[in-house]
Order: sequence, then structure tokens, then C-alpha cells
Amino acid sequence: MYEQISKNRWKTALMIVVALVFFGALGFLFSYLIVRNGFVGLLIALAIYVPYSIYSYRYGDRIVLRVSRARPVTREEEPRLHNIVEGIAIAGGVPKPAVYVVPEQAPNAFATGPDPQHSSIAVTQGLLDTMDRVELEGVIGHEMSHIRDRDILLGTVVATLVGSVVLISEFMLRWFFWGGMFGGRDRDREGGGEGQVILVVLGVVLAILAPLFAQLIRLAMSRRREYQADAEGVLLTRYPPALISALKKIGADTTPMRVANNATAHLWLNQPSRVPGQGTHWWEKLFSTHPPIADRVRVLEEM
Amino acid sequence: MAVVWVILGLVALAILSAVFTYNRLVRLRVRTENAWSQIDVQLRRRYDLIPNLIETVKGYAAHEREVFDEVTQARSAAQGATGVQAQAQAENQLTRSLGRLIAVAENYPQLKASQNFLALQEELTGTEDKIAFSRQFYNDTVQSLNTLIQRFPASLIANLGHFTPREFFQTEEPTRGAVGVQF
Repeated sequence: MYEQISKNRWKTALMIVVALVFFGALGFLFSYLIVRNGFVGLLIALAIYVPYSIYSYRYGDRIVLRVSRARPVTREEEPRLHNIVEGIAIAGGVPKPAVYVVPEQAPNAFATGPDPQHSSIAVTQGLLDTMDRVELEGVIGHEMSHIRDRDILLGTVVATLVGSVVLISEFMLRWFFWGGMFGGRDRDREGGGEGQVILVVLGVVLAILAPLFAQLIRLAMSRRREYQADAEGVLLTRYPPALISALKKIGADTTPMRVANNATAHLWLNQPSRVPGQGTHWWEKLFSTHPPIADRVRVLEEM
Repeated sequence: MAVVWVILGLVALAILSAVFTYNRLVRLRVRTENAWSQIDVQLRRRYDLIPNLIETVKGYAAHEREVFDEVTQARSAAQGATGVQAQAQAENQLTRSLGRLIAVAENYPQLKASQNFLALQEELTGTEDKIAFSRQFYNDTVQSLNTLIQRFPASLIANLGHFTPREFFQTEEPTRGAVGVQF
């Protein structure tokens, strides 16, 4: 566990540096293309990036909770959830995390925050509706293990720094794709010239980088940590069948999730999908950060 | 000369590891005390819930006096218990009598449906889970403390610092086995 904590700290620092280099280079390139002087852009990029990275290190959880539309719930609204979170926190010897509910029907959950003293656990409405008490305990045990191992620090920084690159790239790609197919050419003929070229270059660069960054997220958030959180979660609740049956229910559910996106996918208990029905979209598969549910169930059953 | 340095180095190493071990012992002792007070908080919460629970059940099933008396007696016995062993026994007794109270309450459909009772039942279940979890955390901590105290080089430091093994918080009930398996 302590080994895992220090590994997560190092990886977090590495991610901050990688994103720093990326944003710096992007700023340099952009401003070189416009004013033929890269350093202006580099400075601007750093002026934005440095405060943003500090913010995302300490308060990245707020960003993650907001983009997931998570809502804080009181003890009166959700006594069962509060009791379970408090109980598992006691079992793990950590302070009780803040409790949030995400208004989605797909059963899922995530944890976020810089350290166990400032952590939050969010579960979907669907999870509350479909799980009984012990299953919910199993799920919370898994999330509590992420909190104890500081997986949440790395996960949150990855989501807010690397994830923002992914989201910008996706946006540019989509824009570039549709803009290029319809109407883009007309404007070209009227002599949009320089500005168009810059955007095309930027679009191409981001289109190449998006999958690379997806790969980066996958490397940073290795699948092993999901197995590990499953095992450690069961060590907290001392009752593997609960997590097994919870995972089976989650795996059988095919409700799409509206707030799913590739920047935060790795934080969830199971890979969320925006596409209804079995399986995930190929674009989401590219960002696949979770081992298949069946494998996780098998590992737990062997314990 | 070289021999002196080697000896000095070894002495420094021994002192360092002694300090390290001592600090670890202190840390574990503090954690054990925290864990115990955590159990205490949850036990108290359960004592506080009981009068309310009895009042609510009485409202629908006033004549079940026997079980009310049993719970009340178990509660005051638990509150008066001292020492880990006696406390654990008294709490087990209280858990059993509360189980009977809930079983009695199940016979009254109106009571079972009342919001107040449902809320109290959730609080009771939640608190009993927290008692179980805090006991688990306490026992884990006690185990690492006791192991360290008995292991060889550390045992010397433990003796010097008057660290004594702690008692486990024992329970007869199957820890978390039979809870709500649904097919």
C-alpha cells in the first residue's frame, strides 16, 4: 500500500510535467504560426497552465465532480449511503469522504480528491436503486481503497490535465471533420488563407495527439489498480460475494451514461459508455482503462 | 582506527533502529487508542438510539413488555461494563436482545411501515455495521501492535518502554457472514 502511494505521487508529478511540455509546445507552435515568434505563445501557455495545474492538483476534484454533475447529498436524504460510507471509512482508518450522487440511471461510482483528508465519493442514482446494502458496501469498499492508495490523486490530475487535452482534441477533431466536409472549402476559396491553414495544422496535430494521449492515460491508470482496489476493498468489507454480485449487476446493465467522457472514464468503477446497448463505441474502446467485469469477477471468486 | 569507526557506525545504526522501532510502537499504541475510542463512539450512539426505538415499538406493541425490559437491562449492563473482555460480552448480549426486539417488531405490519421505525431501523443497522467495522479496525491494529511487541529485537524496546499487548475485542457472532445474501 505504501509502495502504491509513493508510485502514485511520482506518476502524478510525471503527468504534470508531460502536460506542461504539451501545452508549452502547443502555445509555441500556435504563436509561431501566427506572429512568427513562438516565445509569446509559450509564455501565454505557461501563464495559463501553471495556475491551472496547481488548481487541478489541489481542487481537481471540484472540476471532476462538476463535469459529472454530481450533487452533494445530506445524511437526511440518503441515510443508508451515508452510514455505509462512514462505516467503510472507519474500517479503513480514514476520515469520512464527502458523499455525492450523480443523477444517472447506469449503476456506477467514482472517488476523487487530492488525499484521504479531502476526498469525495460519488455514486449514481442507478447504483443506489439497484444495489442492496452489502453490495453497496462492496462498491464503497472498492472506492475507499482507491482513496487509501492515493489512486484518486493521480486519477484526478490525469482527468483534469491530460483529460483536458483529450477533450480539446476531440472537439477540434469533430469541428475539423464536419467543418472540412461542409462549408470549409467555400470559405477557403474566398481566401481565408493564413487563419485556415493554422487551424488545419492545429487540427491535424491534435488528431495525431489525441490517441497518443489516450494511450498515456491507459499507461498511467494501469488496469492492475482496478484488481488491486477490488482485492483491498474486499479486505475492508471481509465479504467478497457482495462485490462479486455488485460487479455482475453492473456488468449486466447496459444503460448509457450521459455524463460519460474520455477524460474522466478511468475514474469510474466500470467504464461508462454513452452508447446504449452492449459494448462500447470504438472511440471509447481506444480509451479503455478497465479490465472486463468478467475477469474481475473471476479473480474475486478465486480468493 | 578503522575498527573504531566501524564500531561507532554500528552503535549509531543500533540507536537509530531503536528510535525507529520506538516511534513505530508509539504510533501503533496511539492508533490502538484511537481505534478503541472509535468503537466507543459507535457503542454510545447505539445506547442513544435504544430509548427512542423502544418508545416507537411501544406505540404499536405496548404489551411486549418482556423484550423491552430485556433490551433496557442489556443496555445498562453494557453501559456499566469495564474492560475490553466484559464490554465485548455485554455488547454481544445487547446485540442479541436488539435482534429479538426487531424480530418482535416485524410482527406488527403497521409498525413496520411507519417512517419513524424505518428510519430508526436504518440508524440501528448502520450503527451496528459501524461497530463491526470499528471493531475490525481495532483488532487489526491490536494485532500489529502485539506482533511487534513480541518480535525479537523490538521486544527489547517494548519492554523498556512498558508497551504491553492489548486485548482483542472478541465477538461470538459470525463477523460478517450471514448478512443478507439474496438469491
